[in-house]
Amino acid sequence: MDFSFLSRYYPMYITGTLNTLALAFFTLLLGVVFGVLLALMRLSKNPFLKGIASSYIEFIRGTPLLVQLYIVYYGLPQVTGMRFPSFFAGIIALTINSSAYIAEIIRAGILSVDAGQMEAVRSLGMSHSLSMRYIIIPQAFKNILPALGNEFIVVIKESAIVSIIGIYDIMYSGNIIRGNTFRPFEPLIIVAIIYFIITFTLSNLMGIAERRMRLSD
Amino acid sequence: MIKIEDLHKNFKDLHVLKGINEEFHKGEVVVIIGPSGSGKSTLLRCLNRLEEPCDGKIFFKNSNITDKGSNINEHRKHMGMVFQHFNLFPHLTVLENITLAPIKVKNIPTEKAKIIAIELLETVGLKDKAFVYPSKLSGGQKQRVAIARALAMSPEVMLFDEPTSALDPEMVGEVLEVMKKLAKEGMTMIVVTHEMGFAKEMGDRLLFMDEGKIVEEGIPGDVFNDPKHSRTKDFLSKVLRA
Repeated sequence: MDFSFLSRYYPMYITGTLNTLALAFFTLLLGVVFGVLLALMRLSKNPFLKGIASSYIEFIRGTPLLVQLYIVYYGLPQVTGMRFPSFFAGIIALTINSSAYIAEIIRAGILSVDAGQMEAVRSLGMSHSLSMRYIIIPQAFKNILPALGNEFIVVIKESAIVSIIGIYDIMYSGNIIRGNTFRPFEPLIIVAIIYFIITFTLSNLMGIAERRMRLSD
Repeated sequence: MIKIEDLHKNFKDLHVLKGINEEFHKGEVVVIIGPSGSGKSTLLRCLNRLEEPCDGKIFFKNSNITDKGSNINEHRKHMGMVFQHFNLFPHLTVLENITLAPIKVKNIPTEKAKIIAIELLETVGLKDKAFVYPSKLSGGQKQRVAIARALAMSPEVMLFDEPTSALDPEMVGEVLEVMKKLAKEGMTMIVVTHEMGFAKEMGDRLLFMDEGKIVEEGIPGDVFNDPKHSRTKDFLSKVLRA
Protein backbone atom coordinates (compact mmCIF):
# COMPACT_ATOMS: atom_id res chain seq x y z
CA MET A 1 0.00 0.00 0.00
CA ASP A 2 1.21 3.40 -0.88
CA PHE A 3 -0.37 6.54 0.49
CA SER A 4 2.31 8.92 -0.72
CA PHE A 5 -0.20 10.37 -3.23
CA LEU A 6 -1.83 12.14 -0.29
CA SER A 7 0.89 14.77 0.05
CA ARG A 8 0.08 15.92 -3.46
CA TYR A 9 -3.65 15.31 -3.68
CA TYR A 10 -4.95 16.05 -0.17
CA PRO A 11 -6.40 19.47 -1.15
CA MET A 12 -8.82 17.66 -3.45
CA TYR A 13 -10.14 15.64 -0.54
CA ILE A 14 -10.60 18.80 1.48
CA THR A 15 -12.59 20.46 -1.30
CA GLY A 16 -14.63 17.30 -1.72
CA THR A 17 -15.32 17.04 2.01
CA LEU A 18 -16.42 20.66 2.24
CA ASN A 19 -18.75 20.19 -0.72
CA THR A 20 -20.24 17.01 0.72
CA LEU A 21 -20.82 18.75 4.03
CA ALA A 22 -22.46 21.74 2.32
CA LEU A 23 -24.61 19.44 0.21
CA ALA A 24 -25.70 17.40 3.24
CA PHE A 25 -26.35 20.50 5.33
CA PHE A 26 -28.71 22.12 2.82
CA THR A 27 -30.38 18.81 2.00
CA LEU A 28 -31.09 18.02 5.64
CA LEU A 29 -32.27 21.54 6.40
CA LEU A 30 -34.66 21.58 3.45
CA GLY A 31 -35.51 17.92 3.97
CA VAL A 32 -36.71 18.58 7.53
CA VAL A 33 -38.71 21.67 6.49
CA PHE A 34 -40.47 19.86 3.65
CA GLY A 35 -40.66 16.68 5.70
CA VAL A 36 -42.62 18.45 8.47
CA LEU A 37 -44.84 20.04 5.85
CA LEU A 38 -45.52 16.72 4.10
CA ALA A 39 -46.14 14.96 7.42
CA LEU A 40 -48.68 17.61 8.47
CA MET A 41 -50.34 17.37 5.05
CA ARG A 42 -50.57 13.60 5.29
CA LEU A 43 -52.08 13.85 8.77
CA SER A 44 -54.53 16.60 7.84
CA LYS A 45 -58.24 16.01 7.49
CA ASN A 46 -58.30 17.63 4.06
CA PRO A 47 -58.44 14.72 1.57
CA PHE A 48 -56.79 16.80 -1.16
CA LEU A 49 -53.69 17.69 0.89
CA LYS A 50 -53.59 14.17 2.27
CA GLY A 51 -53.75 12.67 -1.23
CA ILE A 52 -50.96 14.84 -2.59
CA ALA A 53 -48.65 14.09 0.33
CA SER A 54 -49.38 10.36 0.32
CA SER A 55 -48.81 9.98 -3.42
CA TYR A 56 -45.63 12.01 -3.30
CA ILE A 57 -44.20 10.01 -0.41
CA GLU A 58 -45.11 6.65 -1.95
CA PHE A 59 -43.78 7.59 -5.39
CA ILE A 60 -40.47 8.98 -4.14
CA ARG A 61 -39.87 6.06 -1.82
CA GLY A 62 -40.65 3.66 -4.62
CA THR A 63 -38.21 5.02 -7.20
CA PRO A 64 -34.39 5.00 -7.23
CA LEU A 65 -32.52 8.10 -6.13
CA LEU A 66 -30.35 7.81 -9.24
CA VAL A 67 -33.42 8.09 -11.48
CA GLN A 68 -34.68 11.08 -9.48
CA LEU A 69 -31.26 12.75 -9.80
CA TYR A 70 -31.21 12.19 -13.58
CA ILE A 71 -34.74 13.52 -13.97
CA VAL A 72 -33.80 16.70 -12.09
CA TYR A 73 -30.44 17.18 -13.80
CA TYR A 74 -31.07 15.95 -17.35
CA GLY A 75 -34.87 15.85 -17.58
CA LEU A 76 -36.00 19.14 -16.10
CA PRO A 77 -33.87 21.42 -18.32
CA GLN A 78 -35.65 19.95 -21.36
CA VAL A 79 -39.09 20.70 -19.91
CA THR A 80 -38.38 24.03 -18.19
CA GLY A 81 -35.81 25.32 -20.65
CA MET A 82 -33.38 26.25 -17.88
CA ARG A 83 -30.42 24.33 -16.61
CA PHE A 84 -29.57 24.25 -12.91
CA PRO A 85 -25.94 24.24 -11.85
CA SER A 86 -25.09 20.65 -10.91
CA PHE A 87 -24.60 21.49 -7.22
CA PHE A 88 -28.08 23.00 -7.12
CA ALA A 89 -29.57 20.03 -8.96
CA GLY A 90 -27.89 17.73 -6.45
CA ILE A 91 -29.47 19.53 -3.50
CA ILE A 92 -32.88 19.47 -5.19
CA ALA A 93 -32.75 15.77 -5.97
CA LEU A 94 -31.47 14.79 -2.53
CA THR A 95 -34.08 17.00 -0.85
CA ILE A 96 -36.89 15.56 -2.94
CA ASN A 97 -35.74 12.12 -1.91
CA SER A 98 -34.97 12.64 1.78
CA SER A 99 -38.06 14.77 2.50
CA ALA A 100 -40.25 11.75 1.70
CA TYR A 101 -38.41 9.58 4.21
CA ILE A 102 -38.20 12.34 6.82
CA ALA A 103 -41.95 12.98 6.41
CA GLU A 104 -42.72 9.39 7.30
CA ILE A 105 -40.42 9.52 10.32
CA ILE A 106 -42.07 12.73 11.52
CA ARG A 107 -45.58 11.40 10.90
CA ALA A 108 -44.82 8.34 12.99
CA GLY A 109 -43.40 10.62 15.68
CA ILE A 110 -46.49 12.81 15.79
CA LEU A 111 -48.75 9.75 16.00
CA SER A 112 -46.63 8.37 18.84
CA VAL A 113 -47.57 11.31 21.07
CA ASP A 114 -50.38 10.31 23.44
CA ALA A 115 -53.79 11.57 22.29
CA GLY A 116 -54.39 12.97 25.77
CA GLN A 117 -51.73 15.60 25.13
CA MET A 118 -53.71 17.16 22.30
CA GLU A 119 -56.91 17.01 24.34
CA ALA A 120 -55.27 18.66 27.33
CA VAL A 121 -53.78 21.53 25.36
CA ARG A 122 -56.94 22.07 23.30
CA SER A 123 -59.01 22.09 26.51
CA LEU A 124 -56.99 25.13 27.58
CA GLY A 125 -58.25 27.05 24.55
CA MET A 126 -55.13 26.77 22.41
CA SER A 127 -55.63 26.46 18.66
CA HIS A 128 -54.66 23.36 16.71
CA SER A 129 -51.56 25.01 15.24
CA LEU A 130 -50.35 26.42 18.58
CA SER A 131 -50.89 23.00 20.13
CA MET A 132 -48.85 21.32 17.41
CA ARG A 133 -46.08 23.84 17.77
CA TYR A 134 -45.68 23.91 21.55
CA ILE A 135 -46.84 20.48 22.66
CA ILE A 136 -47.05 17.85 19.94
CA ILE A 137 -44.06 18.54 17.66
CA PRO A 138 -41.50 19.02 20.47
CA GLN A 139 -42.51 15.66 21.95
CA ALA A 140 -42.59 14.04 18.52
CA PHE A 141 -39.05 15.28 17.83
CA LYS A 142 -37.78 13.73 21.00
CA ASN A 143 -39.32 10.40 20.04
CA ILE A 144 -37.93 10.41 16.51
CA LEU A 145 -34.44 11.72 17.17
CA PRO A 146 -32.78 8.29 16.75
CA ALA A 147 -34.65 7.61 13.49
CA LEU A 148 -33.92 11.12 12.25
CA GLY A 149 -30.22 10.76 13.06
CA ASN A 150 -30.20 7.55 11.09
CA GLU A 151 -31.79 9.28 8.10
CA PHE A 152 -29.19 12.07 8.31
CA ILE A 153 -26.44 9.45 8.07
CA VAL A 154 -28.18 7.79 5.13
CA VAL A 155 -28.37 11.14 3.32
CA ILE A 156 -24.65 11.80 3.81
CA LYS A 157 -23.75 8.37 2.45
CA GLU A 158 -26.24 8.42 -0.42
CA SER A 159 -25.06 11.88 -1.44
CA ALA A 160 -22.01 10.16 -2.98
CA ILE A 161 -24.22 9.41 -5.95
CA VAL A 162 -24.22 13.07 -7.05
CA SER A 163 -20.58 12.71 -8.11
CA ILE A 164 -22.07 11.15 -11.24
CA ILE A 165 -23.40 14.53 -12.44
CA GLY A 166 -20.02 16.14 -11.74
CA ILE A 167 -20.49 17.57 -8.28
CA TYR A 168 -17.09 17.85 -6.64
CA ASP A 169 -17.82 15.86 -3.49
CA ILE A 170 -15.70 13.35 -1.58
CA MET A 171 -16.50 10.55 -4.01
CA TYR A 172 -15.70 12.75 -6.97
CA SER A 173 -12.31 13.73 -5.56
CA GLY A 174 -11.54 10.06 -4.93
CA ASN A 175 -12.40 9.26 -8.54
CA ILE A 176 -10.14 11.98 -9.90
CA ILE A 177 -7.23 10.87 -7.75
CA ARG A 178 -7.82 7.26 -8.75
CA GLY A 179 -7.63 8.23 -12.40
CA ASN A 180 -4.52 10.34 -11.95
CA THR A 181 -2.53 7.87 -9.88
CA PHE A 182 -3.66 4.68 -11.63
CA ARG A 183 -4.05 3.19 -8.16
CA PRO A 184 -7.71 2.68 -7.28
CA PHE A 185 -7.41 1.03 -3.87
CA GLU A 186 -5.76 3.61 -1.61
CA PRO A 187 -7.69 6.71 -2.82
CA LEU A 188 -10.99 4.87 -2.34
CA ILE A 189 -9.99 3.71 1.14
CA ILE A 190 -9.38 7.36 2.03
CA VAL A 191 -12.83 8.22 0.63
CA ALA A 192 -14.42 5.56 2.82
CA ILE A 193 -12.52 6.78 5.88
CA ILE A 194 -13.66 10.37 5.37
CA TYR A 195 -17.31 9.32 5.05
CA PHE A 196 -16.94 7.20 8.15
CA ILE A 197 -15.43 10.03 10.19
CA ILE A 198 -18.34 12.29 9.23
CA THR A 199 -21.09 9.77 9.95
CA PHE A 200 -19.48 8.51 13.15
CA THR A 201 -19.14 12.07 14.46
CA LEU A 202 -22.75 12.77 13.55
CA SER A 203 -24.06 9.67 15.27
CA ASN A 204 -22.16 10.61 18.42
CA LEU A 205 -23.60 14.14 18.29
CA MET A 206 -27.09 12.70 17.93
CA GLY A 207 -26.42 10.49 20.93
CA ILE A 208 -25.52 13.54 23.02
CA ALA A 209 -28.64 15.37 21.81
CA GLU A 210 -30.79 12.38 22.74
CA ARG A 211 -29.38 12.21 26.24
CA ARG A 212 -29.97 15.95 26.68
CA MET A 213 -33.58 15.68 25.62
CA ARG A 214 -34.16 12.75 27.92
CA LEU A 215 -33.50 15.06 30.89
CA SER A 216 -37.23 15.51 31.47
CA ASP A 217 -37.91 11.76 31.64
CA MET B 1 -74.41 28.82 32.90
CA ILE B 2 -74.47 25.67 30.75
CA LYS B 3 -77.64 24.40 29.16
CA ILE B 4 -77.93 21.17 27.18
CA GLU B 5 -80.83 20.48 24.85
CA ASP B 6 -81.53 17.02 23.46
CA LEU B 7 -77.86 16.03 23.15
CA HIS B 8 -77.04 12.91 21.16
CA LYS B 9 -73.71 11.25 20.48
CA ASN B 10 -72.92 8.15 18.45
CA PHE B 11 -69.64 6.35 18.00
CA LYS B 12 -70.37 4.57 14.74
CA ASP B 13 -73.24 2.21 15.65
CA LEU B 14 -72.94 2.78 19.35
CA HIS B 15 -75.50 5.26 20.67
CA VAL B 16 -73.70 6.68 23.71
CA LEU B 17 -75.85 9.69 24.57
CA LYS B 18 -79.55 9.36 23.90
CA GLY B 19 -81.05 12.77 24.36
CA ILE B 20 -79.65 14.65 27.35
CA ASN B 21 -81.45 17.73 28.68
CA GLU B 22 -79.79 19.43 31.60
CA GLU B 23 -78.80 22.74 33.04
CA PHE B 24 -75.81 23.63 35.19
CA HIS B 25 -75.93 26.80 37.25
CA LYS B 26 -73.25 29.18 38.41
CA GLY B 27 -71.60 28.16 41.67
CA GLU B 28 -73.07 24.68 41.57
CA VAL B 29 -71.14 21.48 42.22
CA VAL B 30 -72.77 18.74 40.17
CA VAL B 31 -71.56 15.18 40.49
CA ILE B 32 -72.28 12.68 37.73
CA ILE B 33 -72.20 9.00 38.61
CA GLY B 34 -73.15 5.84 36.79
CA PRO B 35 -71.81 2.51 35.60
CA SER B 36 -68.96 2.49 33.10
CA GLY B 37 -70.21 2.88 29.56
CA SER B 38 -73.19 4.92 30.73
CA GLY B 39 -71.96 7.98 28.82
CA LYS B 40 -70.98 10.21 31.71
CA SER B 41 -67.47 10.97 30.45
CA THR B 42 -68.78 11.47 26.92
CA LEU B 43 -71.34 13.96 28.23
CA LEU B 44 -68.59 15.89 30.02
CA ARG B 45 -66.35 15.87 26.95
CA CYS B 46 -69.18 17.16 24.78
CA LEU B 47 -69.41 20.25 26.99
CA ASN B 48 -66.09 21.59 25.69
CA ARG B 49 -66.45 19.72 22.42
CA LEU B 50 -63.53 17.35 22.86
CA GLU B 51 -66.25 15.08 21.52
CA GLU B 52 -68.36 16.53 18.75
CA PRO B 53 -72.06 16.10 19.56
CA CYS B 54 -74.04 14.44 16.76
CA ASP B 55 -77.27 16.22 17.55
CA GLY B 56 -78.66 18.73 20.00
CA LYS B 57 -77.48 22.04 21.38
CA ILE B 58 -75.18 23.18 24.14
CA PHE B 59 -75.34 26.74 25.39
CA PHE B 60 -72.53 28.25 27.42
CA LYS B 61 -73.47 31.60 28.94
CA ASN B 62 -76.30 31.87 26.42
CA SER B 63 -74.19 31.34 23.31
CA ASN B 64 -74.65 28.18 21.32
CA ILE B 65 -71.25 26.48 21.28
CA THR B 66 -72.45 23.66 19.04
CA ASP B 67 -73.14 26.20 16.33
CA LYS B 68 -70.80 25.83 13.33
CA GLY B 69 -69.77 29.49 13.43
CA SER B 70 -68.88 29.52 17.12
CA ASN B 71 -65.23 29.72 18.08
CA ILE B 72 -64.71 26.84 20.47
CA ASN B 73 -61.23 28.02 21.49
CA GLU B 74 -62.81 31.19 22.84
CA HIS B 75 -65.23 29.16 25.02
CA ARG B 76 -62.61 26.68 26.15
CA LYS B 77 -60.64 29.53 27.73
CA HIS B 78 -63.46 29.77 30.25
CA MET B 79 -63.88 26.03 30.86
CA GLY B 80 -61.10 24.21 32.68
CA MET B 81 -60.77 20.47 32.35
CA VAL B 82 -59.03 17.87 34.48
CA PHE B 83 -58.44 14.41 33.02
CA GLN B 84 -58.26 10.94 34.46
CA HIS B 85 -54.69 10.50 33.23
CA PHE B 86 -53.56 14.05 34.13
CA ASN B 87 -52.10 14.70 30.67
CA LEU B 88 -49.37 17.00 31.91
CA PHE B 89 -46.91 18.07 29.23
CA PRO B 90 -43.86 15.90 29.97
CA HIS B 91 -41.34 18.08 28.14
CA LEU B 92 -42.21 21.17 30.17
CA THR B 93 -41.55 21.91 33.84
CA VAL B 94 -44.46 22.19 36.26
CA LEU B 95 -44.29 25.97 36.04
CA GLU B 96 -44.21 25.93 32.22
CA ASN B 97 -47.15 23.53 32.18
CA ILE B 98 -49.18 26.10 34.07
CA THR B 99 -48.01 29.27 32.32
CA LEU B 100 -48.15 28.04 28.71
CA ALA B 101 -51.81 28.72 27.96
CA PRO B 102 -52.09 32.02 29.87
CA ILE B 103 -49.08 33.34 27.95
CA LYS B 104 -50.01 32.00 24.50
CA VAL B 105 -53.78 32.34 24.63
CA LYS B 106 -54.51 35.19 27.03
CA ASN B 107 -51.33 37.13 26.22
CA ILE B 108 -50.50 37.58 29.88
CA PRO B 109 -46.87 38.80 30.29
CA THR B 110 -44.54 35.94 31.22
CA GLU B 111 -43.54 37.42 34.58
CA LYS B 112 -47.13 37.94 35.64
CA ALA B 113 -48.10 34.45 34.49
CA LYS B 114 -45.30 33.01 36.61
CA ILE B 115 -46.50 34.87 39.68
CA ILE B 116 -50.04 33.57 39.15
CA ALA B 117 -48.69 30.06 38.62
CA ILE B 118 -46.68 30.12 41.85
CA GLU B 119 -49.76 31.32 43.75
CA LEU B 120 -51.79 28.47 42.28
CA LEU B 121 -49.08 25.97 43.15
CA GLU B 122 -49.24 27.26 46.69
CA THR B 123 -52.99 26.64 46.88
CA VAL B 124 -52.52 23.06 45.68
CA GLY B 125 -49.56 22.64 48.05
CA LEU B 126 -46.83 22.17 45.48
CA LYS B 127 -44.92 25.42 45.47
CA ASP B 128 -41.60 23.61 45.86
CA LYS B 129 -42.20 21.59 42.68
CA ALA B 130 -42.33 24.55 40.29
CA PHE B 131 -39.11 23.73 38.48
CA VAL B 132 -39.26 19.95 38.27
CA TYR B 133 -40.53 17.90 35.36
CA PRO B 134 -43.81 15.98 35.67
CA SER B 135 -42.00 12.62 35.58
CA LYS B 136 -40.61 13.40 39.03
CA LEU B 137 -44.08 13.76 40.56
CA SER B 138 -46.39 11.18 42.11
CA GLY B 139 -49.84 10.63 40.61
CA GLY B 140 -51.54 12.77 43.22
CA GLN B 141 -49.05 15.58 42.69
CA LYS B 142 -49.52 15.37 38.92
CA GLN B 143 -53.25 15.70 39.27
CA ARG B 144 -52.90 18.70 41.58
CA VAL B 145 -50.62 20.36 39.03
CA ALA B 146 -53.20 19.57 36.34
CA ILE B 147 -55.85 21.33 38.44
CA ALA B 148 -53.56 24.33 38.86
CA ARG B 149 -52.93 24.36 35.10
CA ALA B 150 -56.64 24.51 34.39
CA LEU B 151 -57.19 27.18 37.05
CA ALA B 152 -54.46 29.38 35.55
CA MET B 153 -56.87 30.36 32.79
CA SER B 154 -59.29 31.60 35.48
CA PRO B 155 -62.12 29.45 34.14
CA GLU B 156 -65.74 30.00 35.09
CA VAL B 157 -66.45 26.29 35.24
CA MET B 158 -64.24 23.27 35.91
CA LEU B 159 -64.91 19.90 34.34
CA PHE B 160 -63.46 16.89 36.15
CA ASP B 161 -63.32 13.61 34.23
CA GLU B 162 -62.76 10.87 36.83
CA PRO B 163 -59.90 12.83 38.42
CA THR B 164 -59.04 10.19 41.03
CA SER B 165 -59.64 6.97 39.08
CA ALA B 166 -56.03 6.52 37.98
CA LEU B 167 -54.58 7.25 41.42
CA ASP B 168 -53.22 4.91 44.05
CA PRO B 169 -55.67 4.85 46.97
CA GLU B 170 -53.42 6.79 49.31
CA MET B 171 -53.28 9.72 46.89
CA VAL B 172 -56.99 10.12 46.32
CA GLY B 173 -57.38 12.18 49.47
CA GLU B 174 -54.94 14.96 48.54
CA VAL B 175 -56.68 15.53 45.18
CA LEU B 176 -60.13 15.50 46.75
CA GLU B 177 -58.92 18.06 49.32
CA VAL B 178 -57.97 20.46 46.54
CA MET B 179 -61.33 19.91 44.86
CA LYS B 180 -63.17 20.57 48.12
CA LYS B 181 -61.24 23.79 48.57
CA LEU B 182 -62.30 24.87 45.09
CA ALA B 183 -65.92 24.00 45.75
CA LYS B 184 -65.89 26.02 48.96
CA GLU B 185 -64.53 29.00 47.06
CA GLY B 186 -67.66 28.90 44.93
CA MET B 187 -66.24 27.41 41.73
CA THR B 188 -68.80 25.93 39.37
CA MET B 189 -67.83 22.28 39.06
CA ILE B 190 -69.08 19.33 37.06
CA VAL B 191 -67.47 16.16 38.34
CA VAL B 192 -67.63 12.68 36.87
CA THR B 193 -66.45 10.39 39.63
CA HIS B 194 -66.76 7.15 41.55
CA GLU B 195 -65.99 8.90 44.83
CA MET B 196 -69.33 8.64 46.56
CA GLY B 197 -67.95 10.30 49.68
CA PHE B 198 -67.07 13.41 47.72
CA ALA B 199 -70.47 13.37 46.01
CA LYS B 200 -72.25 13.22 49.34
CA GLU B 201 -70.15 15.83 51.05
CA MET B 202 -69.63 18.43 48.33
CA GLY B 203 -72.27 17.83 45.68
CA ASP B 204 -75.14 20.27 45.40
CA ARG B 205 -76.74 17.95 42.93
CA LEU B 206 -76.20 14.38 41.82
CA LEU B 207 -76.95 12.99 38.36
CA PHE B 208 -77.19 9.27 37.86
CA MET B 209 -76.64 8.17 34.28
CA ASP B 210 -77.28 4.82 32.68
CA GLU B 211 -77.32 3.72 29.05
CA GLY B 212 -76.90 7.22 27.67
CA LYS B 213 -79.61 8.89 29.71
CA ILE B 214 -79.90 10.79 32.95
CA VAL B 215 -82.01 8.35 34.91
CA GLU B 216 -82.28 10.18 38.18
CA GLU B 217 -81.14 13.39 39.78
CA GLY B 218 -81.41 15.13 43.11
CA ILE B 219 -79.62 16.22 46.24
CA PRO B 220 -76.87 13.60 46.80
CA GLY B 221 -78.01 12.66 50.30
CA ASP B 222 -81.57 12.07 49.13
CA VAL B 223 -80.53 9.97 46.17
CA PHE B 224 -78.16 7.87 48.26
CA ASN B 225 -80.68 7.27 51.04
CA ASP B 226 -83.77 6.86 48.94
CA PRO B 227 -83.11 6.18 45.24
CA LYS B 228 -86.32 6.37 43.20
CA HIS B 229 -85.28 4.37 40.19
CA SER B 230 -84.54 0.64 40.28
CA ARG B 231 -81.35 1.06 38.27
CA THR B 232 -80.07 3.72 40.66
CA LYS B 233 -80.85 1.38 43.56
CA ASP B 234 -79.05 -1.44 41.82
CA PHE B 235 -75.96 0.67 41.07
CA LEU B 236 -75.77 2.22 44.53
CA SER B 237 -76.14 -1.13 46.25
CA LYS B 238 -73.11 -2.30 44.32
CA VAL B 239 -70.83 0.70 44.91
CA LEU B 240 -71.86 1.44 48.49
CA ARG B 241 -71.47 -2.15 49.65
CA ALA B 242 -67.74 -1.77 50.13
